Amino acid sequence: MIRPAAGTAAARPAAARTAAAAGTSQAETAPGSAGSGAAAAAGTSQAETAPGSAGSGAAAAGTSQAAPAAGTALRIEGVRKAFGANCVLKGVDLAVDTHQVICLIGASGSGKSTLLRCVDLLEAIDAGRVVFFGHDVTSPAVDEILVRRQMGMVFQSFNLFPHLRVLRNITLAPVKALGMTAADAEGEAMALLARFGLADKARDYPDRLSGGQQQRVAIIRALAMHPKLMLLDEVTSALDPELVGEVLDVIRELAAGGMTMLIATHEMGFARETATRVVFLEDGVIVEEGPPSQVLDAPQDERTRRFLGRVLSAGRM
Amino acid sequence: MTGTPPLGPGDPPVADGGVGLPEVGGAVDELGAGAFSRSRRGRLLRSQRGAVVTSTASTLVVLGAIVVAFLLAPGSRAVRATYFNAHDMWRAFIGDPHEGFYSVGRGLVVNIEMFTIGEVLILVLALLVALVRQSKSPVLFPLRMIAVAYVDFFRGVPLILVILAIGFGLPALYLPVVSSQSAFVYGVLALVLAYSAYVSEVYRAGLNSVPLSQIASARSLGLRPRTAMRHVVLPQAVRTIIPPLLNDFISLQKDTALVAVLGAVIEANRAAEIYSSTVFNYSGYTVAALLFLLLTIPLARFTDHLIARDRTRRLAGAT
Repeated sequence: MIRPAAGTAAARPAAARTAAAAGTSQAETAPGSAGSGAAAAAGTSQAETAPGSAGSGAAAAGTSQAAPAAGTALRIEGVRKAFGANCVLKGVDLAVDTHQVICLIGASGSGKSTLLRCVDLLEAIDAGRVVFFGHDVTSPAVDEILVRRQMGMVFQSFNLFPHLRVLRNITLAPVKALGMTAADAEGEAMALLARFGLADKARDYPDRLSGGQQQRVAIIRALAMHPKLMLLDEVTSALDPELVGEVLDVIRELAAGGMTMLIATHEMGFARETATRVVFLEDGVIVEEGPPSQVLDAPQDERTRRFLGRVLSAGRM
Repeated sequence: MTGTPPLGPGDPPVADGGVGLPEVGGAVDELGAGAFSRSRRGRLLRSQRGAVVTSTASTLVVLGAIVVAFLLAPGSRAVRATYFNAHDMWRAFIGDPHEGFYSVGRGLVVNIEMFTIGEVLILVLALLVALVRQSKSPVLFPLRMIAVAYVDFFRGVPLILVILAIGFGLPALYLPVVSSQSAFVYGVLALVLAYSAYVSEVYRAGLNSVPLSQIASARSLGLRPRTAMRHVVLPQAVRTIIPPLLNDFISLQKDTALVAVLGAVIEANRAAEIYSSTVFNYSGYTVAALLFLLLTIPLARFTDHLIARDRTRRLAGAT
């Protein structure tokens, strides 16, 4: 996690150099920092180490606001996933550096959501691996719950807990999973709510909120865990058109603050303006990836052109 | 609809390979005045006052018919004397130890004790059974099998046989503690074992009614399965199962009367039984029946109220 595994170091010398330079500052904030120092000294074996228990507690706090330092946050290597006979991911490779915003685009059923769910370890993958800050988190030795605490996932359908008030929706995981005191968690949740203009909704139940407000609360709920990576799964697709903007504004603010994000989206305008890279998926494989200007305006692959043509004729671009 | 009505003034019928708009037959003026009006009877039923009048009248007619049939029945006089004798009903209700019979009213207190204790134990045992059946851990496989067998067995065996087997079977084993309990304890135990099997299925239905997306969302936040169950799934499940749960408790309230077969528990039904066999008048049973109605009807109305409230809330949430 301090530095990428040996293979990556060779593949991305620039990233490795920066990571090495920023090594000490990152060590305080990375998951399992105690174990990783030893791993770095030992050489290349640290990729197999699980995120240590230290990472789940205080060490995790405040990482999203850490000083910018480039490094590989996430590496997806040859990931395959099938549901029965239906092969959804057919070998996906993708790397996300810290502070990057990667937008996954593609038709429904292209595998975007499944890829995000595999990264969050909500689905077990059939082949390949997911490397999160240098740790192979798909190895059986890893406690996936500790990994999920470092990733924030936001779903298309918000999935707020309907029986809990907004504030409790946000504080449940910090209190029950990270062991924060209720007072600390509530203070932090209120600060986040205030930052995104929802302070007056803290005492409401989710069904009293508009879709846009609910989705913003869902984002805040994920942020309250201080994730090192945010996974956003078509978070505006279930919203009325006039509510899309307020949710995208939140994501833009996170991007501006340096949050590392992997975003499945149909909002091409948003992808163009916010994404570091756009990745086009079709039929379970990455067809094309690159800077938004390249993928969206000068697509090389015929399949990308066809997809963007359909999006254009649907008036969504 | 006769002939080919024009789609519009002067427009020829669409003929692009036969896939045109469906023909809209009948100009408006073909429908006479009042073509859409309701019949007189329909209008009466729709109006508020009309509805009250109609429902009252139909209720009176049905009740009247039942009363008339009862009064005109050949054995009506005998039945009234045997089941509805006011004097005997009062005596059975009050009870008289000197005459050798117990108070049905006091007996009902025993029924209330049985189902109050029973309900608490059922809620706990049924939840445990449901959680075991829902568990996925391979370690718990034998427990899961036991839970399945338990539910199958106690749902399949008539309650009265369970009461007899436990009430007379356990004491006959001459085991320490287990065999030396009172009939009251065996009665409650039998009720708890039988009803927990039903109620565990109610719990399971509730647990399954919580959307998978809620579980995914709890997992993505890094909650342990147990924490997710306790704080996310279970509270939502309990909310949906309260009406069916109360429904089961209504039938538990009256099924406490079956413990009468053990003889030694003087609950309302048993007291009525003793009264009728002492005095040879069944009015004590009528008293017991009325008392049970007094218990179950309020709970039934309360359940209806909860269902209605839940429905309103859901409709409000849907907008």
